[in-house]
Amino acid sequence: MGMTMTQKILAAHAGLDSVQAGELISANLDIVLGNDITTPVAVNEFKKAGFDRVFDKERIAIVLDHFVPNKDIKAAEQSKTCREFACSHCVSHFYDVGKMGIEHALLPEQGVVTAGDCIIGADSHTCTYGALGAFSTGVGSTDMAAGMATGKAWFKVPSAIKFNLTGKLPKNCSGKDVILTIIGMIGVDGALYKSMEFTGDGVASLSMDDRLCICNMAIEAGAKNGIFPVDAVTEEYLKGRSERKPVIYQADPDAEYEKTVDIDLSAIVPTVACPHLPENTHPASELSDIKVDQVVIGSCTNGRMEDMQAAYEILKGNKVADGVRCIIIPATMQIYRECVEKGYVTAFIDAGAVVSTPTCGPCLGGYMGILAAGERCIATTNRNFVGRMGHVDSEVYLASPQTAAASALTGVITEYKEA
Amino acid sequence: METQGKVFKYPDNVDTDVIIPARYLNTPDAKELALHCMEDIDRDYVKNVKPGDVMVAGWNFGCGSSREHAPLVIKTCGTGCVIAKSFARIFYRNAINIGLPILECEQAAEEISASDEVKVDFDTGVITDITTGKTYKAQPFPPFIQNIIKSGGLLKSLKEGENHD
Repeated sequence: MGMTMTQKILAAHAGLDSVQAGELISANLDIVLGNDITTPVAVNEFKKAGFDRVFDKERIAIVLDHFVPNKDIKAAEQSKTCREFACSHCVSHFYDVGKMGIEHALLPEQGVVTAGDCIIGADSHTCTYGALGAFSTGVGSTDMAAGMATGKAWFKVPSAIKFNLTGKLPKNCSGKDVILTIIGMIGVDGALYKSMEFTGDGVASLSMDDRLCICNMAIEAGAKNGIFPVDAVTEEYLKGRSERKPVIYQADPDAEYEKTVDIDLSAIVPTVACPHLPENTHPASELSDIKVDQVVIGSCTNGRMEDMQAAYEILKGNKVADGVRCIIIPATMQIYRECVEKGYVTAFIDAGAVVSTPTCGPCLGGYMGILAAGERCIATTNRNFVGRMGHVDSEVYLASPQTAAASALTGVITEYKEA
Repeated sequence: METQGKVFKYPDNVDTDVIIPARYLNTPDAKELALHCMEDIDRDYVKNVKPGDVMVAGWNFGCGSSREHAPLVIKTCGTGCVIAKSFARIFYRNAINIGLPILECEQAAEEISASDEVKVDFDTGVITDITTGKTYKAQPFPPFIQNIIKSGGLLKSLKEGENHD
């Protein structure tokens, strides 16, 4: 029987000719990732278990991104633990303030991850790198510690759902609307333990930023990973960027899928996930009576250059509505710099928004935009659980950068319509 | 290995943000974190839970973030076991890796009521609701995973493997 793209990558990394769904395997890892929240726990476990060296200093990435520049003394201690560990083990991909970015925007941008890789990260949104044609999945700190020590991880080979994409997105939609629509269709456990394999003629029309956003939220459908085939868009993105040679895997023509879901991209509409689950989706056009207090544009889901450009096109020359706080967070220093050079930052400030250096901050209710009781935020982030961005009685609505920026100007949830 | 205690019942899709809110994740200290276990969904859990008590929940327990702090705080505040209709995959992995006993059993999760007295045998997967007298059988773990649990977690099992080489 044929293998899915994910199964092919796993088989190759386990040194096997073939694997099948349900099989337990031990796979070699190309990259092991952690951040300033999960790495300290991993470091502790690593030391407690008596390991004294990492398997390969080139294959470990530690990114300080959740609470930096440090929000308080405790966060500073956690960063210090990461810094000392990275230094003592000569970890080559260590990203501190000034170099850092939100991990899942940073690693693809810097070419640390590439097509054909098998990657684990102690952060649930590690599934993002499937956009490059890699197998990449989130794990906990103990798995990170084991991965750093041995270069291996155990996996149960996943079955897969095939998403057959056709057509082309309307101009007021992006990858975010695609993945929100899919999660609305299949639910927050609709792909539990499974791969989401995106394929079809429609793939070619999606930019790399769209694909990264789509794979980023595979976890919000419960998936083990999301993955795109490698095509001309991928190759163009990886060219001159990838530190290692990309390896291209393709699903076998007779690969078995649990089911196939057809998605007509041209029928996608601007979509918003209402509180308190990402599956609670509605067309933005039906939510125009919902007033917002805050808008956040950023995160590992939507803090990339195309997201910044989408916000710029809508906010430039306009004013954020009275009573609305608009917080814009470019996801990496390179994106931040490009926003400065292109005049986006000036336009954002003139519109009445604030622009922060890269941080996960508000997405997980850490800092830099916490909500009070009864407050409501429309955000380009990935989760709208109870208390996610602050008080348990606050609310988060998930949307694309276009919908979020349009809503910042009106103060209510607004579908962006091109002028 | 077994546990016995009172049941605390929770709905579908209990996420890691309500198990341990990110606002407390500025420390890796399990005891300090455990003071806030379930705080955003059940303020009284930490006050009421006694060693060995059992959480019973619906589908997709532990969805969301990869934070290992979630199973860790559940274990640290004395919870003996979590029974759910299904678990989110990272939570499932983390629970095994840190040694928090978990069992998937749809019927038990459906029928067992809050405050029932329940006994769970991890070796056989048999769940007994002492209050109602009903028993349930959960799917046992595959041997590979049982080895991790028996060793006391993933890293200990790896160290044991190293010593055997």
